[in-house]
Amino acid sequence: MNLETHYMGLALKNPLVASASPLAKNLDNMRAMEDAGASAIVMFSLFEEQIKQERESLEDFANFAGESYAESLSYFPKASDYEVGMEQYMKLIQKASTSLHIPVIGSLNGTTKHGWIQYAKQMQEAGASGIELNVFFIPADFSLSGVDVESRYVDILSAVKASVEIPVAMKLSPFFSSIGNMCKRLDNAGADALVLFNRFYQPDFDIENQEIYSNLQLSTSSEIRLPLLWIAVLYGKISASIGASRGVEKAEDIIKYIMAGSDVVMTTSAILRNGIPYFKTMLNDLERWMTEHEYESVQQMKGSMSQEKVANPTAFERANYIKLLKSWSPSDTL
Amino acid sequence: MITSADFIGCHQAQFLDQFDILEQAAEGATFLLNSIHSADEVWAHMPRPIQQSIISKKIKFYVIDAYKVARDAHMGGRINTIMQTCFFAISGVLPREDAIQKIKDAIKKTYGKKGEDVVLQNYAAVDATLAGLHQVTVPTSVSSKIELAAVMPAHAPQFLRDVTARIIEGKGDDLPVSAMPIDGTYPTATTKWEKRNISQFVPEWDADLCIQCGSCAFVCPHACIRAKLYDQDKLSNAPEGFRGVKPKGKDFQDQRYTLQIYVEDCTGCELCVTVCPAKSKENSAHRAINMVEKEPIHQREITNEKFFDTLPQPIRDNTNFSSVRGIQFIEPLFEFSGACSGCGETPYLKLLTQLFGDRMMVANATGCSSIYGGNLPTTPWAQTSEGCGPAWANSLFEDNAEFGFGYALTNEMHEGMARKLLQTLAPTVGDTLAKAILDAPQLTDAEITAQRARVRELKNKLSSIRTSEAKSLFTLADRLIRRSVWVIGGDGWAYDIGYGGLDHVIASGRNINILVLDTEVYSNTGGQASKSTPIGAIAKFANGGKEVGKKDLAMMAMAYGHVYVAKIAMGANRAQTIQAMREAEAYNGPSIVIAYSHCIAHGIAMKDGLEQQKLATQCGHWPLFRYDPRRTPLGENPLVLDSAAPKSAFKDYAYNEIRYRMLSRQDPEHADVLMKRAQAYVDERWKVYKDMADHGKKQDGETAQA
Repeated sequence: MNLETHYMGLALKNPLVASASPLAKNLDNMRAMEDAGASAIVMFSLFEEQIKQERESLEDFANFAGESYAESLSYFPKASDYEVGMEQYMKLIQKASTSLHIPVIGSLNGTTKHGWIQYAKQMQEAGASGIELNVFFIPADFSLSGVDVESRYVDILSAVKASVEIPVAMKLSPFFSSIGNMCKRLDNAGADALVLFNRFYQPDFDIENQEIYSNLQLSTSSEIRLPLLWIAVLYGKISASIGASRGVEKAEDIIKYIMAGSDVVMTTSAILRNGIPYFKTMLNDLERWMTEHEYESVQQMKGSMSQEKVANPTAFERANYIKLLKSWSPSDTL
Repeated sequence: MITSADFIGCHQAQFLDQFDILEQAAEGATFLLNSIHSADEVWAHMPRPIQQSIISKKIKFYVIDAYKVARDAHMGGRINTIMQTCFFAISGVLPREDAIQKIKDAIKKTYGKKGEDVVLQNYAAVDATLAGLHQVTVPTSVSSKIELAAVMPAHAPQFLRDVTARIIEGKGDDLPVSAMPIDGTYPTATTKWEKRNISQFVPEWDADLCIQCGSCAFVCPHACIRAKLYDQDKLSNAPEGFRGVKPKGKDFQDQRYTLQIYVEDCTGCELCVTVCPAKSKENSAHRAINMVEKEPIHQREITNEKFFDTLPQPIRDNTNFSSVRGIQFIEPLFEFSGACSGCGETPYLKLLTQLFGDRMMVANATGCSSIYGGNLPTTPWAQTSEGCGPAWANSLFEDNAEFGFGYALTNEMHEGMARKLLQTLAPTVGDTLAKAILDAPQLTDAEITAQRARVRELKNKLSSIRTSEAKSLFTLADRLIRRSVWVIGGDGWAYDIGYGGLDHVIASGRNINILVLDTEVYSNTGGQASKSTPIGAIAKFANGGKEVGKKDLAMMAMAYGHVYVAKIAMGANRAQTIQAMREAEAYNGPSIVIAYSHCIAHGIAMKDGLEQQKLATQCGHWPLFRYDPRRTPLGENPLVLDSAAPKSAFKDYAYNEIRYRMLSRQDPEHADVLMKRAQAYVDERWKVYKDMADHGKKQDGETAQA
């Protein structure tokens, strides 16, 4: 069975990629993912403001109350050679890219143009095979129009593309008025891949203590439908590769995404839930299903259920929505 | 001594209210003031003598709101760099442009490795400083009606007015030796006379939202939050704005409850806010106690505080000493110390004084607690309205346990002598009275109050008896009231330098109490590793992270079998903290209580100190327990675990603190190794404690099965 695929210019042995997660904070885990069959690894996201905050808190607390009392001019050993995330991140990319045989893709979330460019360049220097721009941006500033928000994405992509030579992917949220148009603009701006979709960490409320808390909710197959819809619609209409991300629990989900038109399928939740060897399980299941259904390659399956290839293209549009509504009638007991 | 200064900087504007800080300024000197008032407004806020000096000495006067610049530049409350920049900009020690360039060069050198954005951020702070620094146009005549406030009010005790005030003014060198007390004793209860006004932000009580739980008063490190319950008719003289509300619950409905903040003594740590459980239903950010700017409420709260002080103190005999809610009403006899803002040690000391009051005799090891506890010019160990309070002394670092042991032995000796004399004099003073005194159990406050009354009666009778025995007993009679001897110090003393003595004292079996304020590092001298420092934490002398496990002092003490041992953390369980202290004191033998004390040397926001205590317990690093030898003869297991099995990872607690996180940034691989070792240590310790605590239970089970 030929599982090979191409993603953002990289030749991959199969379509199953480890998406950005805390698992990639450790080289041993990354090696285990490679051994289990992952065809590429996206590093955990480097958040620019996190680095800034970390640097400030290390400086503040390590120097707190310094030189205020004659008997103790400081409360910590003098620390000048510490590294605040960024340096360690680059070292990890360096180690991973030299010791693994699969591509290692850096993941970056900047807050300033300077940050986006500086860290992207450093990732390239460290040996990353590509960069995924993770634009985790909630436009809470009401003076920003939709056009401003969209331009921000395009500007970031253009700036990073202009500063590095390795391929650049853009991970998107679904919250655009016209996702297709947005994807097209990013495609035109030179994106080597689009990853659909980002999962925002939305806060929850603790009603007993009246506090906001955030915890990581692992995705489930029920979340597959929105990315599936847009991947199927986009397939064949953009030149950038397409990465699917969200709700991959089993081989069946991988198959659906490939049939919609994904070049790669990314997963973290399934691995966090079942352990790193689960890559192998999913790949075996994928291969078995393809054999049973007499597929020869991933390439053959890719986009087979996309909007341009299905028998009823309107199934992806409004007509299908109306049909669905008509098909559902409430039970008498409701 | 500088008597003619060319430059004077005043970093805390409140000094202006009390001190003639320009007294030593030279003609034409430069004066830099950190003030919230702008260059146009500041002159109107200057006391008359300061205005006079500025005009007559032709002083060049500059002003900056350094705290605002620091906040805007994300530097928190650190203004030293800002004030330093101002100094170089205006002092004339270097040409201004050269000086600024050299500051920026220094920034580049210090922060260059950390990235250009860090360098730019620091440059921005320098530029913002220069933009915020303004010369004040000095009028030609004095306009102020504000006089310098007296350092010590006229109604303060004479010693404070004559001696303490001079030291506070910075003129201690002018005092003659004869001004010092001849016997080495020094007045206590004096911090209340030194209003430091060091915080711009203070808590404000929302009486309507408050559930009167007492948590804020309990955790306040500086005893700036006090609660009283009093007859409602007392409110008839209350100043406007003074709140007295109905007590929560069904009882005491004819009384009123007030929580008073001593705003001039508050250090702005915010522990009270973070511990407050009452949140507004309309606005979750608003609690029953909230930080507000001090200036607008300052005068109102001073007036309220004066009235509050006139309200009666509760009677100890009626207090529920087992609850936080009850203890809030007890007057603390440790107040307004010079400890760090948010200190994790002082709430324990304050609690001890609330529980055991003026019967306490404290031997204090050298360290933080001796510095904030007894450093001149003022003393936080306080007195009741009757003028009684704990006796306190500091000997050395290395001999504190022995020093306190001396107190205990002396007490035993004096009490023994007094009892013998009383037996001899019983027919003279009355057999009934003598027997009542000799047999008094003195376990509760009510019983101690009764004993005090009996001793007063005894002394009254003795005063008219002319025999030598009667005179001797008169001088010793107070020893018939049970005293509470406490040996107090930090981990540097208890685990390291004073350990030999501590071990000797607990081995003695004598009745003595030890409180270890465990910050897991030598705090006072600047964060050197002690045997209490945990695996993975960095400290001076453990720059690469502590390699070996924290000494288990509690386990070593428990090994004797006759020592009461407890580990407490008030952030994790306040009721257990109270219980352990009371049990330790009541135990007629040696007791040691080891208290988790968060510290600036941990590298945390101090307002989160109690939360860190909770996490330390939850992860198993700081299990709570009480080992009480009184349970052994009853066939019970002496060890009771008061905290649950670890439910989080050690690193989830540890990496909130710079002492651990810094290593992960300097040497992540080694940090990882140490973190795994630390987790294994925590797991193993918990297993040992759990096995010990379950020991009897297992045997019972086996017996039942057999």
